[in-house]
Amino acid sequence: MPEASGDHAIESTPTITIVAGRRSAGLDLYDLWRHRDLFYFLMWRDVKVRYKQTLLGASWAILQPLLTMILFTVIFGRLAKVPSDGIPYPIFAYAGLLPWTFFSNAVTISSNSLVGNAAIITKVYFPRMMIPAAAVGAGLVDFAIAGVILIAMMAWYGFGLSFAALMLAPLVILTVILALAVGTWTSGLNVKYRDVRYALPFFIQMWMYASPVIYPTNFVPQQWRWLLVLNPLTGVIEGYRSALFNRPFEWQHMAVSAAIGMAMLVYGTYSFKQMEREFADII
Amino acid sequence: MAGASVRACNTTVNPIIKIRGLGKQYRIGKRRVTRTLREAAMDSVTAPLRYSRSFLRRTAGDAGNVGKRDTIWALRDLSLDVGEGEVLGVIGRNGGGKSTLLKVMSRITEPTTGRIDLHGRVGSLLEVGTGFHPELTGRENIFLSGAILGMRRNEIERKFDEIVAFAEMDQFVDTPVKHYSSGMYVRLGFAVAAHLETEIILIDEVLAVGDAAFQKKCLGKIGDVARQGRTVLYISHNMASVEALCDSCIYLIGGRLEEAGKPRDVIAKYMASQTRANSGTISLAEHPGRRPGYKPHLQSLELRSGAKTAVGAIRMGDPLTIVMSFEAASPLRPVVGVTIKTTQGAPVCSVNDRFSMQLRDCKMVSRGTVVCDIDQLMLMPGQYNVDVSFGDFGPELDVISDAISFDVLPADMAGIGRLPPSSQGPMYCAGTWKLCEDTDRL
Repeated sequence: MPEASGDHAIESTPTITIVAGRRSAGLDLYDLWRHRDLFYFLMWRDVKVRYKQTLLGASWAILQPLLTMILFTVIFGRLAKVPSDGIPYPIFAYAGLLPWTFFSNAVTISSNSLVGNAAIITKVYFPRMMIPAAAVGAGLVDFAIAGVILIAMMAWYGFGLSFAALMLAPLVILTVILALAVGTWTSGLNVKYRDVRYALPFFIQMWMYASPVIYPTNFVPQQWRWLLVLNPLTGVIEGYRSALFNRPFEWQHMAVSAAIGMAMLVYGTYSFKQMEREFADII
Repeated sequence: MAGASVRACNTTVNPIIKIRGLGKQYRIGKRRVTRTLREAAMDSVTAPLRYSRSFLRRTAGDAGNVGKRDTIWALRDLSLDVGEGEVLGVIGRNGGGKSTLLKVMSRITEPTTGRIDLHGRVGSLLEVGTGFHPELTGRENIFLSGAILGMRRNEIERKFDEIVAFAEMDQFVDTPVKHYSSGMYVRLGFAVAAHLETEIILIDEVLAVGDAAFQKKCLGKIGDVARQGRTVLYISHNMASVEALCDSCIYLIGGRLEEAGKPRDVIAKYMASQTRANSGTISLAEHPGRRPGYKPHLQSLELRSGAKTAVGAIRMGDPLTIVMSFEAASPLRPVVGVTIKTTQGAPVCSVNDRFSMQLRDCKMVSRGTVVCDIDQLMLMPGQYNVDVSFGDFGPELDVISDAISFDVLPADMAGIGRLPPSSQGPMYCAGTWKLCEDTDRL
């Protein structure tokens, strides 16, 4: 018995069946699980090469939100006098920028990930969803590094962590779900319509102004607030601030975020599975 | 459908690979693939009109023609059984459907018709260094590429030393791959791929790369894999390796199964079909070697040697004239290239006016004939294939692989009544020899 087929003697049911014109493009969770090592290595690659051949290396993970925070503090905090719920504006902005920077970077990198990996997509089979998902996962490292700065800033401004900080865990998961939903969907769309690459940065910028990153939710007039809450990032960013600064949680807003986030993930995944079938032919 | 075309069926009771009625259609030419949102938006506006028009046409019984023009079948009605442990060679010209078959089997692309049952995991080795990242070290790339090819992490760890030893590069394993020579790169790439342990392995011959010694090692490894009792599909243009490695062989033409059986017989049929074309003239209007996606611009090709008649065999050292007629939709300045290759597919030499630009100032024409004169054909005796490409000063408009083949006949090149020895490489070089006893006066 050859070693390779030791425990794979021919069964009556085939291991893999390839049929033309399959209608259902279900999410094969077992297939994803079998490729978990690949997911790890793709994520690890994205982390490793992200800051290769840069002078400052991983410092960029800190510099990006830090410099934006300084810029926003000067322009919005000092000049425009945007209120910040009684929290010092720098740390108020940074607490919002932390999840926002993760989300926007994850979505941007993820949306270009399939096109950037065209060479392997046309040569090997694996669940394609691994690629945009790994790009999102790799962003978590930057997220963690930037988080350390936040802790330092909180100590500086005299904020201690309370039990409310435990809510950070589900909030991080929700942020990842949102990034995954948007990133997966746009990455698939980008294969077919390269417009995504040009439209997305603009869209992301608009999205930031439509999220309570530089202003608190109550800055928006009452009659328009429902619109802001429909943006799933609103509940998330508010949640981070509540958890960090021990403020009352807006459970309703977070529930809306979670519901919309899950719906987006389901739609993004479904849409991706539909588009996936053409990837190798049109990428 | 099943029974009709199962000619490669070797009466295997439990085939490990069972293919039935497999087809893969690609859209070409006037495609409806929209690439930008603007086109998609326009498309959604014009779609109702187009559908109603195509509906009218279909009711008028004209739909068949429309489909034929816009699409090609890279694979058509293929049915095949492969038994466990069988090593199957897949041969045919470029565009015959070999690569498409492997891509469909490895689930890279979906078939348009038919089904495949695979009783085992599939590993596909279609390229050297799949997934290598230039910034990562050799060690890191072994893990990355291994994982992309479908290996588990502990499997790679177990085989790591073996892979490094096979690639002969232990002292460079922690150097980023971008600093590797191209030889080192392909050695490492092949080494990773060669250690896949799936029950079914799909191999493209391009894997056997590098210098002659490493090529031999690659073919040896493919042979080892075959002898381990694993099922192998091996695509190759190298008939000698197919005959040596394979138990059976299939020959694909235009995506269809032309012949299946013992390698020796199938190869003989393939070679015969190759030499039949040696009349020195061929129509290119509908040529099977036309690369997918190109429209016919070149219409005919004729080989001449001195006289004004077509010849399929040219004496070495004699002149070769290549005459090609073309037609284009609008006037252009033709840019034509010709590549002469061995029957194994290795390019020997190339004459391309994109480089020499002699027709740069010619008149713009929409049809005409381009003539290329080679004063002396310095090739060793044997058979050669010709690739041709046609374009204007922009992109290529038409590319045909193996457009025609011709024979080079031996000749008394040295003028002493002796013919040059065979199998000494494809190029003939006239050297001048002298002997100097005193090295200083050289």
